[in-house]
Amino acid sequence: MNDVLDVALRLVIVFAVFMVVPLLVGQAEHKVMAHMQGRLGPMYAGGFHGWAQLVADGVKFAQKEDVVPADADRRIFQLAPAVALLPYLLVIVAIPIGPSEGAVGQVVDAGIFFVLAVMGVGVLGSLMAGWASANKFSLLGGLRTAAQLLAYELPMLLAAASVAMAAGTVSLPGILNAFEWWWLPWQIVGALVFFVAGLAELQRPPFDMPVADSEIIFGAYTEYTGLRFALFLLAEYAGIVVLCGLTTVLFLGGWHGPLGADGLGWVWTLLKTGILAFVVIWLRVTYPRLREDQLQKLAWTTLIPLALAQIALTGIVKVAIN
Amino acid sequence: MTLAATAGHPGFLSPTGVEIAFVLVGLATFGAALVTVTTKQLVHAALWLVVALGGIAVEYLLLTAEFIAWVQVLIYVGSIVVLLLFGLMLTRAPIGRSPDADSGNRWIALGVSVAAAATLVWVVVDAFRTTWIDLDGPAQGSTKASGEFLFRNWVLPFEALSVLLLAALVGAIVLSRKDRQDRQNRDGRQNGTSTTNGRGSGYGTSKPAGRGTGTQDRPAAHREDKS
Repeated sequence: MNDVLDVALRLVIVFAVFMVVPLLVGQAEHKVMAHMQGRLGPMYAGGFHGWAQLVADGVKFAQKEDVVPADADRRIFQLAPAVALLPYLLVIVAIPIGPSEGAVGQVVDAGIFFVLAVMGVGVLGSLMAGWASANKFSLLGGLRTAAQLLAYELPMLLAAASVAMAAGTVSLPGILNAFEWWWLPWQIVGALVFFVAGLAELQRPPFDMPVADSEIIFGAYTEYTGLRFALFLLAEYAGIVVLCGLTTVLFLGGWHGPLGADGLGWVWTLLKTGILAFVVIWLRVTYPRLREDQLQKLAWTTLIPLALAQIALTGIVKVAIN
Repeated sequence: MTLAATAGHPGFLSPTGVEIAFVLVGLATFGAALVTVTTKQLVHAALWLVVALGGIAVEYLLLTAEFIAWVQVLIYVGSIVVLLLFGLMLTRAPIGRSPDADSGNRWIALGVSVAAAATLVWVVVDAFRTTWIDLDGPAQGSTKASGEFLFRNWVLPFEALSVLLLAALVGAIVLSRKDRQDRQNRDGRQNGTSTTNGRGSGYGTSKPAGRGTGTQDRPAAHREDKS
């Protein structure tokens, strides 16, 4: 009975994290963008600093009518937001935030493969949405999404493989247990490749060509309204949380920090994840969108060679140490 | 592999929960696979393929082969099906039924697939017979076990497969390159001055001979040197 209770409690906590943290990132994005771009719009709702803007957005989404286009493939159109969102919930289960057994939803033996595999499934949601909408802009968005995923999946995997080589394990807590501070400069190229490729998989600016509003309205999500649209947005923010958490765990040492090793490791994890999330928002505000061919070129001619070079470097150092 | 060959195995008549789940998932996978090949909606077929491949991943999980399961999801669901959908969307992906999605070869295909399935079932049954996996012990399909097994006992097939994949990769590059240059040459013959698709920047200057009539006779290797 205790086991069942334990599992249930963990699932409830993971679910709570999944519902709350992406919203926090969304709120932070509102505020950071408002300050960086001098936007006054979201600064009024609720009084102080427009804190209630997110609540107002939520209410707005819930009120809107849920429209399915007449020519759309109904079932697939309605299923797509769930397919886009659920993988991130599953991934959060495996990300450790502290050294103890209780600080991770479930220890997965092949953790890196699990998170990357399941994250890859999320893109199917965008593809389904793009195809089922019966709209040429949506279809173009879906195509661009697929092309982007195919291009950036490889550097992401290679960068993660480099860390796995360095640690000698593919389990996420195992990697953190093996972490030393000098891994930071050693794996820095891999970290950059991983982060950039992850941004591209999330279709965040500057890699938001699949949803480029000036060209194809909102890509695969053009026809979505109301709560289903909000689910896609939530998937994007959950994706930011997952990407930042993974980069923290794989490359930035997770719960390791200069001080407070006992009991306060989770603070370091959250701090690093938060800073990375800030960087993601910062990039959105400051960088122009990459053109489609530039996107592909960056992946195939820059990131993949860099990731391969990182793997070679990891191998050489690993052999030299032993 | 250290499959626990227990002498007095529990038998088939008192199935455990895992075994029941295995059979149920297997039936669901089989059903999804059947729909994949019989549905007349092209994109639905690809999506049912996701269900079938995911079902196989769950079967691997139930057999404690965790690593294989995640690789199955990563490669097949995450990459190959996305590639399939990409190809479908690029070419033809109508919403609704495609009446011409039927193949006249379906009876032959059925025969081939039944024969292949029979062979595989026979091989697996003959190889393992009454070997039982000890589900309560340490996981026998963990990453560590799979890695050691692969790189201690099966290194040569592994490397041979790598070479095969490399050859396929090189072949794909060669095919796509040749195709592009043929097209450029063809366009060049038909329309001497225009550049093709915006890709041929510098086409007119670097390959002036491309406009001549004799270009199609030049060997491929020679053309490759020029580009």
